[in-house]
Amino acid sequence: MALKINNVHIAQGGFRLTASLPPLEAGIYAVMGPSGAGKSSLLAAMAGFLALQDGQILWKGRDIAALPPAQRPMAMLFQDNNLFPHLSAARNIALALTRRAKLTADQTDQVNAALERVGLAGFGTKKPPQLSGGEQSRVALARVMLQDKPILLVDEPFSALGPALKAEMLDLLGELARERGSVVLMVTHDPADALRIAEKTIVVAEGTAHPPEQTEGLLQNPPPALAAYLGTD
Amino acid sequence: MAPRAVQIIAGAALAAFVIAPLAAVWAKAGPAVRFGPAEWAALRFTLLQAALSAALSVLLAIPLARALARSRFWGRDVTIMLLGAPFILPVIVAVLGLIAIFGQNGLLNDGLRALGFEPLSIYGLQGVLLAHVFFNLPLATRMILLGWMSLPSERIRLGQSLGLGAMARFYLIEWPMIRRILPSAFAVIFVICLSSFAVALTLGGGPKATTIELAIYQAFRFEFDFATAALLGLVQLFLSVSAAGVALWLAGHDRLGIGLDRPAPAALRPLSERCIDAGVILGAMLFLILPLALLFIKGAAGVPDLGAPVWFAALRSLALALGATLLCLCFALPLATRWGELIATLGIAVSPLVLGTGLFLIVRPYVNPFDVALGVTLCVNALMSLPFALRILRPEVQAVEQNFSHLSAALGLGAWGWFRWVMLPRLRRPLGFAAGLTAALSMGDLGVIALFGDAERATLPLKLYQLMGSYRMDQAAAAAVLLLALSLGLFWLFDRVGRYGAQD
Repeated sequence: MALKINNVHIAQGGFRLTASLPPLEAGIYAVMGPSGAGKSSLLAAMAGFLALQDGQILWKGRDIAALPPAQRPMAMLFQDNNLFPHLSAARNIALALTRRAKLTADQTDQVNAALERVGLAGFGTKKPPQLSGGEQSRVALARVMLQDKPILLVDEPFSALGPALKAEMLDLLGELARERGSVVLMVTHDPADALRIAEKTIVVAEGTAHPPEQTEGLLQNPPPALAAYLGTD
Repeated sequence: MAPRAVQIIAGAALAAFVIAPLAAVWAKAGPAVRFGPAEWAALRFTLLQAALSAALSVLLAIPLARALARSRFWGRDVTIMLLGAPFILPVIVAVLGLIAIFGQNGLLNDGLRALGFEPLSIYGLQGVLLAHVFFNLPLATRMILLGWMSLPSERIRLGQSLGLGAMARFYLIEWPMIRRILPSAFAVIFVICLSSFAVALTLGGGPKATTIELAIYQAFRFEFDFATAALLGLVQLFLSVSAAGVALWLAGHDRLGIGLDRPAPAALRPLSERCIDAGVILGAMLFLILPLALLFIKGAAGVPDLGAPVWFAALRSLALALGATLLCLCFALPLATRWGELIATLGIAVSPLVLGTGLFLIVRPYVNPFDVALGVTLCVNALMSLPFALRILRPEVQAVEQNFSHLSAALGLGAWGWFRWVMLPRLRRPLGFAAGLTAALSMGDLGVIALFGDAERATLPLKLYQLMGSYRMDQAAAAAVLLLALSLGLFWLFDRVGRYGAQD
C-alpha cells in the first residue's frame, strides 16, 4: 500500500514543478520549501484540482491522475473554507457520507462517534461561526475521518491558530493518521510543525520535489535552498 | 457552478426569446413603410425629453448629493436608502401622485388660482420631464453620492487645513470628481428615458409629446398599422442599443473604486452652509414624498370600496408578479456568469414594447394574441428584471464558487448536492432581494400589457390607467394606493424571507 509519484510535471502560470518520489508508505510527510516554490500546487495536483502536464500518480498500482477529486483515495484539509458556515457541525461531517437530508440511524451514529473522537460530543447542532477556531479544526478533522480515505492532504490548515492550539491539533492529526495507517502529506512553513509530527520531510525548491528525508537530520543540516528559506545560513 | 448544459440551454433560450421577436419586427418593417413627419416628430421628442430629463436630474442631483455627503443628521441613512425606493415604485402611481400636486386640480394650481394666476398644465413636455426627474433625481443622487464618498478624507482635511473657501473647495476637490461621474450618470438616465413609455402614455401624447415607444403603441393599438409599429421598433432598437453602448463604455471609464472610507464629518461648518444643505435636503424630500403622501391621503379610504374588476385585476397582477419572479430566478441562477450578464443586458436594451410587438406578430397566425397577453407580459417582465437580478446574484455566486468549489469537489457533492447544500443556502439573502425587486417591478409594470390587454385581462396598473382615462380619479387614487401597497409589500416580503435565517 504505497503512493507513487512518477515523473509528475506541473505547470501553472510561469512556474513549473517536477516530482518523482520513491513509494510513500503509511506515515506523515511534511512538505517544506520557499513560498512560491509550488508546495500548494503539488498538493492541488495530487487532490485533482490541477491537471498534470505529464506523469502518473499511482495508488495500489493504479494511475489515479485522471480521476475527479472525490473519486481519488484522498481527503484534503484546506488552508481555509474547510466547513460550510451555513450548515451545522453535524451536517458538515455528514456530507462525507451522504447528500440526503435525512440521515439513517447508522449514519447518525457515525457522525456522533466522529464528533466524540475529536472531543466535540454534543456540539453537532452548532454552526461554524459559533465555534472557536480550534473547534472548527476539530470538526474538519472529524469530517476527514468519515471520508475514510487512505491518503490525507493537508495544506497548512492550522496556521490561523495560536501555538498551543496548533500543537494540540497537530497531535490529534498525528494520532488519527497513525490509528488508520494513512499516508499524510502536510504542507507547512513552520519547521516546528514538521519536527512535531512528521518523521520525514519532502523539500520543494527550485522546481523540484526532493525525495523524503528524516526530518530531524534534514533540519539540522539543510540543503542550500532550504537553508536560505529557514534563514540558517 | 450549474452544469454546463443547463447554462447553455438557459443562455440559448434567452437569446432566442430576444432575437425571434426582433426578426419578426425586422421582417414586418418592409420597404413599403415610410418614415413620415409624425415619426420624425416622435424621434425628435424622444431625444429631446431624454436629454433634458437627464440634464435636469443630474444638475439637481449635484447640490442634493453634496448636502447629503457633508451633513450628519438623524435619519440620514434612511434618507439615502429611500432614494433607492423609486426603483420599485410603479410609474403610474408616481404619475397619479404628481397629478395630485401639479395637475389641473392639484395643490399647486389651487394655490396659483387663489393668487390670481393662470393654472399650469402638467401635460406635455413639462409633465414628462417632471415625472422623469421624480424617478431619476434619486438615482443620479445616489451615483454622485458614491463619488463624494470616494473622495479621500485626507484631501478634504487638507482643504480644511489650507482654509479653502467654499468656491475654492468646489473647484479643487469636488468638481474633478463630479466631472468624472457626470457623463456616465447622464448617459444612464438618458438611456432609461429613451424608452419611456408609461410616463409618455399618461402625461405626454399628441403630436408634440409622443415618444417612439408611445408611437409604437399608438400605431399598434389604434391604427393596426403593424408595419409602422415594426419600423418604429427598429428605430427604437437602434437608439437604445447605441445609447446603452455609450453608457456602458462611459461606466467602464469612471473609476470610483479608490477607497470608500467616508470623509470625516467636517467638525465646524458655517451656519449658512448648514442652512443651505438642510434646505436642499428638505426640498428634495418634499418633492419626492409629498406626491405619494397626498395620493395616499386621497386614496386610502377608498380602497375597501373598490369594485370587483379592480380586485380581480389585482389578483391577476399578483399571479403575474409571482410567475415572473419564478421565471426570472430560474434563468438568473444558471446565467450568473459574465456571459449571462452580457446576454441579459443586451436583452433589456431591446425595449419591452419592441419585444411585445415582435411577440404579437409571431403568435398572431396561431392564436388570438389577446388570449396570451398575460403569458407574454410575464415573460417580458421576467426578462426586464433579469439584468438586475444578475447584478445582485453574480458577485455572490462567484464568491460561493471561489470559497467552496474545492471543498465541494473534494466531497463529491455533485450538481444537485452543490445546489441543495451550498448554493441555495448561501444565496438566500441576495435571492430574496432579487426576488423582491423582480416581483415589485413586475407588479407595477405598465408596458407590454398595454399592447395586449383588454378589460378582461387587465392588470392592476392597466386598470388604473383605464380609470384615469375615464376621469374616475377617486377610484384611481384608491387603486394606486392598493398597487403601491402590493408592490412594496411584495418587495418587503421577499427581502424579509431572504434575510430571515440567512446565515452569518
